[in-house]
Amino acid sequence: MKAVIAENISKQYDGKPAVEKVSFEVNEGEIFGLIGPDGAGKTSIFRILTTLLLPDGGSAQVHHWDVVKDWRAIRNAVGYMPGKFSLYQDLTVEENLHFFATVFNTTIQENYHLIEDIYVQLEPFKNRRAGKLSGGMKQKLALCCALIHKPKVLFLDEPTTGVDPVSRREFWEMLKKLKQQNISIVVSTPYMDEASMCDRIALIQSGSILSIDTPQDLVKNYGNQLFRVKANDRYRLLEVLKSVPSTKSYAFGEYAHVSVEKDHQMDASEIAQHLQQNGLTEVEVGEAEVTIEDCFINLLH
Amino acid sequence: MKRLLVFIKKEFTHVLRDKKTLLILFGMPIVQVLIFGFVLSNEVKNTDLLVIDQAQDRASKEIISKVQASEYFDIASVTFDVQDVEASFKKGKSKAALILPKDFEKNLMTKHVAQVQILADASDPNHATTIENYLTAIIRDYTNSLNASMPYTIIPEVRMLYNPQLKGAPNFVPGVMALILMLVCVMMTAISIVREKEMGTMEVLLVSPFKPIMVIVSKVVPYFILSMLNIVSILLLSVYVLGVPIKGNVLLLFGESALFISTCLSLGIFISIKTQTQQVAMLISLMGMLLPTVLFSGFMFPIENMPFPLRMISNIVPAKWFYIIVKDIMIKGLGFAAVWKESLILMGITVFFLGISIKNFKIRLA
Amino acid sequence: MEEVVIQADKLTKKFGDFTATDAITFQVRKGEIFGFLGANGAGKTTAMRMLCGLSVPTSGEAKVAGFDIYKETESIKKNIGYMSQKFSLYEDLTVVENIRFFGGIYGLNNEQIKNKTEELIERLGLTSVRKELVVDLPLGWKQKLSFSIAIIHQPKIVFLDEPTGGVDPLTRRQFWELIYEAAHNGITVFVTTHYMDEAEYCDRLSIMVDGKIKALDTPKNLKMQFEAESMDEVFYKLARQATRAE
Repeated sequence: MKAVIAENISKQYDGKPAVEKVSFEVNEGEIFGLIGPDGAGKTSIFRILTTLLLPDGGSAQVHHWDVVKDWRAIRNAVGYMPGKFSLYQDLTVEENLHFFATVFNTTIQENYHLIEDIYVQLEPFKNRRAGKLSGGMKQKLALCCALIHKPKVLFLDEPTTGVDPVSRREFWEMLKKLKQQNISIVVSTPYMDEASMCDRIALIQSGSILSIDTPQDLVKNYGNQLFRVKANDRYRLLEVLKSVPSTKSYAFGEYAHVSVEKDHQMDASEIAQHLQQNGLTEVEVGEAEVTIEDCFINLLH
Repeated sequence: MKRLLVFIKKEFTHVLRDKKTLLILFGMPIVQVLIFGFVLSNEVKNTDLLVIDQAQDRASKEIISKVQASEYFDIASVTFDVQDVEASFKKGKSKAALILPKDFEKNLMTKHVAQVQILADASDPNHATTIENYLTAIIRDYTNSLNASMPYTIIPEVRMLYNPQLKGAPNFVPGVMALILMLVCVMMTAISIVREKEMGTMEVLLVSPFKPIMVIVSKVVPYFILSMLNIVSILLLSVYVLGVPIKGNVLLLFGESALFISTCLSLGIFISIKTQTQQVAMLISLMGMLLPTVLFSGFMFPIENMPFPLRMISNIVPAKWFYIIVKDIMIKGLGFAAVWKESLILMGITVFFLGISIKNFKIRLA
Repeated sequence: MEEVVIQADKLTKKFGDFTATDAITFQVRKGEIFGFLGANGAGKTTAMRMLCGLSVPTSGEAKVAGFDIYKETESIKKNIGYMSQKFSLYEDLTVVENIRFFGGIYGLNNEQIKNKTEELIERLGLTSVRKELVVDLPLGWKQKLSFSIAIIHQPKIVFLDEPTGGVDPLTRRQFWELIYEAAHNGITVFVTTHYMDEAEYCDRLSIMVDGKIKALDTPKNLKMQFEAESMDEVFYKLARQATRAE
């Protein structure tokens, strides 16, 4: 059985399309990532799947329940962490958790094993008000609250946005552990580097899915040649690279990446030569390792 | 049921932890009652009184000296001509006039009945009634002191100038009650529900087995209880500090208050369903609810003096009806028979707003 | 010898007994893109406020664009530009109105404003939307516009407080190309961020932990120094030592 099936779902606000015919499936027990920038439609998709919004077109099922007809069943069975960490700022850590446990008809004890790893980190602060926690701590508490009723599917809408890199990394470790408990997870993020933490990802932009694959296959099927280039003056480098035919170039970390279109072949020395002819020095050209970000940029072109 | 209790407990925690709001909730009624109470009693002290003594006899002299002796009045001047009243009022030299007609003592002694006339500048109706009450009391005091075998009666004939109906005047306690309940129930309820929307917690609550409508129900319980506590404190203050007694049935008064609180809560819920941010909810509560309460309940400004369209508007202001009810029970000591119509109107308003709230309540976000 | 435009010496700010920035010392050279990194609560914002002349330090010295941050804050403000993700443009004004407004704020005369407006709109490709409200623009366009407005008066230094975020990788790069261009034209760029991919675009980086600067070098050297594959890794190794939260 699939954890989530979305078929051609569409949603518009005041005539402006936010989601356009999006289809994907999430297998049971996998971490499925929706990767894309703000305004790509991620939140709308989450809200449709969690029965908070009605789709304008298409259909979707969560754990074989229909998102329109069986909304009550879905609400009983899923965990949801909205984009804004939804906690009561004036309640303590423990009070928040206890409250959400009761709302979901369970107790902290009953499913403690699920949240244990996360909660031990929060325990020293259990009498602190949620509003006084750091971003990373808030995020962990929100996850505990979303998990406390042992949901079948967990929806996490941009859980790592605005959280520092240390907490982000810890968060993904926690998701890996949850996966072992056979909870299916749908997670969205604007950070490309987090894509590799997912089993499968959908790259999404302007309400449409660009590609769905495992991170490994996505990188493998990149197709184009990719070079990484460096020179003494980065600004000039990017200017000069724009004039190389049949290529796309863009800044990438301390390098610039040059993507050569499929039907053209080019080798490193050609590029180096071109750069030197244009007065750049300390030129360095090599094969680059393809990342999800390169794939995304390639799909956007 | 357990879930509902936990929810209600959570709401109480919110209220109790927010010390500033708590202070406003309980401090405001007390401060308002005291301010209204003392401003009014101060105002009446040392009021300038014009006396027109056409009798010039012993009884009239005695009354004048009694009035003079009271702390409430200063006698601006004593004249003979009634024509002086208008001029004196207009120049602001005096706020009231006491007219003792010719043959005052003779009538009193022979017929055992005499008349006096009290004229008051009722452009400030509150003030005018208080003056009337005090003057009447002084005169009554005088007749009692005569202590004769047959009771003497002086009939004060009261005339209010400039605002003859004087309906806006009487007691401020019912007005303050209406005002406070409006503020607490409508604004606080609306804000607390909208806050859940703004914080995103409503999203999580919606995606839970908890019935959405129960979110609302559990929100109103704490405010209902807080409001009843406020009623108790206002009434205690008015009875023991300001000396305004409750003439009617206390239980009936509480019952009617509970009804009005329900009306306010239904309004609060309605606002919360229609708005998305705390700011808007607050603005609507203040402008749409509180202002009409002050203007149209009859507590500050007499409704009878308003032009017809405004009088019509006042009919849809719940506070107006509650104000009448409380006045009837508390001041006049009347029973349910006197206020059933007003109660029914409040009930109607409550049902109407609850109805459209439930109809508009969304189990989804948009 | 390259000109130094920001010189901070043991700059400290205390709030009560809490030391937000703890004796930080660093230099930023003209035309450099200087990354100012740190987790939330590490003291980045406090440090930047002092450099912009918005907050008086508890102790230490600093010069920004040659002006003293204690005595010459007004001169500093004339020589810097500022952009943050939280506030930069008036969303209920149009593109042109925003440019004119900020041009006026920064002391340009009408003639200059007129020329700059046309030049900016032309260069950012905003001709078709010049009369549209900023609120209706895509996030990426807003960011580019707000950066261009921050340097409309050609300041010596532009401070960027977590300037990007939430845009697609391509738009983000277009934004950074604007930054490169500004740096190329001699404007020093001082940028705070906790996006590590942005950190890699900087010429030099400082990383703050618990109010102190714990590392300061080029991205390449930092990666070598910490034996890390990426800046993310460097940051992780450093920030993990942090003891204080937000």
